Amino acid sequence: MNLIIIFISAALINNFVLMQFLGICPFVGVSKKMDSAVSMGLAVTFVMVISAAVTWLIYHLLLVPFDMQILEYVSFILVIASLVQLVEMFIRKVSKPLYDSLGIFLPLITTNCAILGLALISVLKDYSFIESVIFGVGAGVGFTLALVIMAGIREELALAPVPKHFKGAGITMIIAGCLGLAFMGFSGLI
Amino acid sequence: MSQKKVTLFQEFLKGIWKENPILVSLLGLCPTLAVTVSAENGLAMGLAATFVVASSSVIVSILRKIIPSQVRIASFIVIIATFVTIADRFLAAYYPDISTNLGPFIPLIIVNCMILGRQEAFASKNNIGRSFLDAFGVGIGFTVVLVLLGGVREILGSGTLFGVEVMWNSFHPWAVMILPPGAFLALGLMIGVSNWLNELGEKK
Repeated sequence: MNLIIIFISAALINNFVLMQFLGICPFVGVSKKMDSAVSMGLAVTFVMVISAAVTWLIYHLLLVPFDMQILEYVSFILVIASLVQLVEMFIRKVSKPLYDSLGIFLPLITTNCAILGLALISVLKDYSFIESVIFGVGAGVGFTLALVIMAGIREELALAPVPKHFKGAGITMIIAGCLGLAFMGFSGLI
Repeated sequence: MSQKKVTLFQEFLKGIWKENPILVSLLGLCPTLAVTVSAENGLAMGLAATFVVASSSVIVSILRKIIPSQVRIASFIVIIATFVTIADRFLAAYYPDISTNLGPFIPLIIVNCMILGRQEAFASKNNIGRSFLDAFGVGIGFTVVLVLLGGVREILGSGTLFGVEVMWNSFHPWAVMILPPGAFLALGLMIGVSNWLNELGEKK
C-alpha cells in the first residue's frame, strides 16, 4: 500500500515537472513535437529507475559506512553521468531503432535536474531500496505524462494567434501554469 | 578574435540584460521557478549560484589548457559540484533557515545548465579575468530576475516583501501566486514583458 502511495504521489500529486519544477529545461526544449516528447519521456524514465537504484546503493553501502556524506553531490553526479553513458552504449548495442529515435536526448539527460533531484529527494526522505525504485518509476511516469500533454497542446498551439511577444517560451510557461493548476486537483487523491 | 574588442565592462554587463540567462536563454529555469516563493529565497539562491558560477569559471579558466576536451564536461561538473558542496555547507552552517527553505535546490545548482553553459561557452576559451567578469555578470543577471520574480510572487501571494507588510490591510493575498502554477504564470508574463521592452529599445 505504501508503495502505491509513493508511486501516485510521485507521478501525479507531486508531479516532478509541474509541482516540483524538476526537469523544466527538457520540458520546455523537447515538448515541441509529440514523438520526441514520448522518446524523451521513456529515456528519462529508464535512466531515473536505474539511477534511483544505483545511487541508493552508493549512498547506503559506500557513503554512510565510511561517513563520507559530504561527497554525496560529487559522487551522485558522477554516477549519473557515467550511467547515462553506459545506458547509451547499451541501447546502441541492443536496439538500434530505439537508439536512433532517442538520438541526442540521451546525453542531455545528464544535466536533467529531475534525475539528480530524484536521488537527493530519496536520500532526504530516507526511502528503502524498493521505495526508491518505485519513486523513480513514479517520477518517470509523471515526467512523461507532463511532457506528452505539453507536446499535444503545443502542436495545437502552432495554429493559435498568440500575442507576438509571448510566442515561444512565454506562452509555454503560461500553459505550464494552467496545467499545474489542473494537476493541483490531484492533491486530494490520498 | 572579435571578442577582444569587447571591453571588460561590457563583458560584465551583457549577462545582466542582453544575454540574461533566464529571460533570454531560458537556462536554469528549475531553481528559478522553485525557490522564488519570496524575494529573500530568490536572493539567497541567486547569490549562491553567482558564487558557484564565478568560482568555477575561474578554476575552469585556469585549467582550460590542461583538461582534455573529451572529458571536459565531466571535469566541469566535478568542479561545479565541489563549489556547490562548499556553498551548501556554508548556508547550512550560517543560515540554517534559508538552507531548509531551499532544500534540495542548493545541490541542484550542479545541474543548472546556466552554470555548465558558461563554462562550456566562455570560461574554457577565455582568460581568467574575462571569465570571472562574464560569470559574475551572468550570476548577477540571474540574481536580479530571481529577486524580481520572488518579489512579485511574495507581494501578490502573501502581501509582504522581504517579510515586511507592504499591501493595504484589506488586500486579500492571491494564494495561487505562491503555489507552483503561480511561478509558471509569473515567469511567462515576465518573459513576455522583457521581449516587449527589448523591442521598444530596438525601435529607438
